Amino acid sequence: MTSYKTLFDHLDRAALIPFFVLGDPDEKTSLDLIKTAIDAGADILELGIPFSDPIADGPTIQKADIRALQAGMTPPKALDLIAQITAYKAIPIGLLVYYNLIYHYGVEQFFKDFKKAGGTSVLVADISIDDADEITPAALSAGLETVFMVTPNTPDQRLKQIADKTTGFIYTVSLLGTTGQRNELSAGVKPLIAKLKTLTNKPVCVGFGISSPEHAAEVASAGADGVIIGSRVVKIIEDNLGNPETMKHQVAEFIASVQETLTKA
Amino acid sequence: MKHNGRFGQFGGFYVPEVLIPALEEIEQAFDRFHNDPQFVADLNNLYANYAGRPTPLYYAKRYSEYVGFQVYIKREDLLHGGAHKINNTLGQGLLAQYMGKKKLIAETGAGQHGLATATVGALFGMETKIFMGAIDVERQNLNVHKMKLLGAEVIPVRGGTCTLKDAINDALRYWTSHVDDTFYLFGTAGGPHPYPTIVKHFQTPIGIEARQQCLNQLGKLPDVVVACVGGGSNAIGIFNSFIPDNTVQLIGVEGGGRGISTGHHCATLCVGTVGVLHGARTYLLQDQNGQIHETECISAGLDYPGVGPEHSHLKDIGRARYVHVSDEQVLDAFFELTRLEGILPALESAHALAWISEQKGKYPRETVVVVNLSGRGDKDIGIVEQHRPLNR
Repeated sequence: MTSYKTLFDHLDRAALIPFFVLGDPDEKTSLDLIKTAIDAGADILELGIPFSDPIADGPTIQKADIRALQAGMTPPKALDLIAQITAYKAIPIGLLVYYNLIYHYGVEQFFKDFKKAGGTSVLVADISIDDADEITPAALSAGLETVFMVTPNTPDQRLKQIADKTTGFIYTVSLLGTTGQRNELSAGVKPLIAKLKTLTNKPVCVGFGISSPEHAAEVASAGADGVIIGSRVVKIIEDNLGNPETMKHQVAEFIASVQETLTKA
Repeated sequence: MKHNGRFGQFGGFYVPEVLIPALEEIEQAFDRFHNDPQFVADLNNLYANYAGRPTPLYYAKRYSEYVGFQVYIKREDLLHGGAHKINNTLGQGLLAQYMGKKKLIAETGAGQHGLATATVGALFGMETKIFMGAIDVERQNLNVHKMKLLGAEVIPVRGGTCTLKDAINDALRYWTSHVDDTFYLFGTAGGPHPYPTIVKHFQTPIGIEARQQCLNQLGKLPDVVVACVGGGSNAIGIFNSFIPDNTVQLIGVEGGGRGISTGHHCATLCVGTVGVLHGARTYLLQDQNGQIHETECISAGLDYPGVGPEHSHLKDIGRARYVHVSDEQVLDAFFELTRLEGILPALESAHALAWISEQKGKYPRETVVVVNLSGRGDKDIGIVEQHRPLNR
């Protein structure tokens, strides 16, 4: 398993990190799409387990959660999918999960099982550093890295505290709001990246609202170590339901175009 | 955050990072103003001269004769807007004013909290958006119309189950992108800290008055205090002042819907399990994987798969007891109070009455039961007519 550190140290451009909801639109297609993204040049995968009430997510990912749930996705099945992905290729996997799902599974057991499936890091969308004690010791003892979010309204002192609690990468939310495609890159993101770079040497990855190769290139040139693209990828699934081949084709094409742009940037 | 917002193991603030500064700002403002003499004077003036506090404690003679013990009704239904919700919206609305916020958002189930928020939005001249599940918009169209008359924008929420929990999801999402100028006026004693504490504080006059009225009218405390529980704001409002009085039994009545065994209910504390939703650790109705269940109840105001975290704590320490009654019992109680006392109860409040009716003949005659009549039933006439048509 490649650690984030090795990966970020050896990559001479920003890491490309597509996001998928595990099991969207169904188990088999989801696995195929994720393999496609890997083949097309993803460096890290950010994967979500679908939840009935995803308050950090906008409409596109909410709908993906509902599709995956209706197709029968559960946390145990999601772990099984992750194991199949890491068996296909040893790629770092960051998990994005809502607390209730792992609380119910048992936090320690979940982290052990996620590690066993080949997982790398865990970000719990509704746990802030104030409650890090509920997850961090269990994550670290399972051999996982921790990822926490910072947002444009996070005060400086707290940015520092969040960086200290993070062992994997800092998930930098580019805007005030939920996940979702945007036409323009948020104006606040570049200063935020710059500020983080003065406060910490932890890797900084940027997500939320990154909707085009150009957005990706912009945050990369602002100093981001990785670019997370979620809703834009998930929307390809939504727009091509019933046509898995078209989905795969478009995912491959999009990921390749982002990779190309990042390489040039 | 300055405080951890815990009630035993329950509560907390399990929210995405983007909301932490907003919650912190509200916590600071609440700490600073809730005991500030000017704030208290402003709020008490609104309570007394705008909303109609104190509300009466009424001895329901005919209903008492019917059930065989002494029933006193705390008349929150007489407040402006027809429900206890105005206590909280005046308090939080005033807090938003003191904070210099220009806009209000709120979620609503039955529409009572939305209506109370729209009322305060008009009163303070604040732009107001109400998030309401699309199904609730349909079944509570009178309240929707009233909110619009008051100048609020009603946003139907079509995600998930199209009810209260989804309205909360969407209000929280909207808030994440408008935290600068917008105050989220949360409607029940749930959600992330500091809301459970704030809502309890602004609903506590119910219990303070009721306790004093008992002492004045009866010369003693009641034996039992009963309230319906959805999120639990009216219940915590009346319970809070009686919690130290160990002789007073506290009963929270949840929506048993079509019966617990059918799965169509919202009896969270009776049959739920502990989890984390909408920022709080609390009892929830959820499946074995932690996915939140759809709920069902004749009253939209109780139709919620979670519950305020302090109720979870009161349940676990045994200070309050939580029970459930079915939709049919609720309809019976609606008619009983209407015909015996000339008071139309909200279907939410009729849950508390239904539990009292269930105790018919089970308590000694001198037993004193205080029930919080949290709202009036005008809004529910259509639903009652659907289930029990008058001209059948």
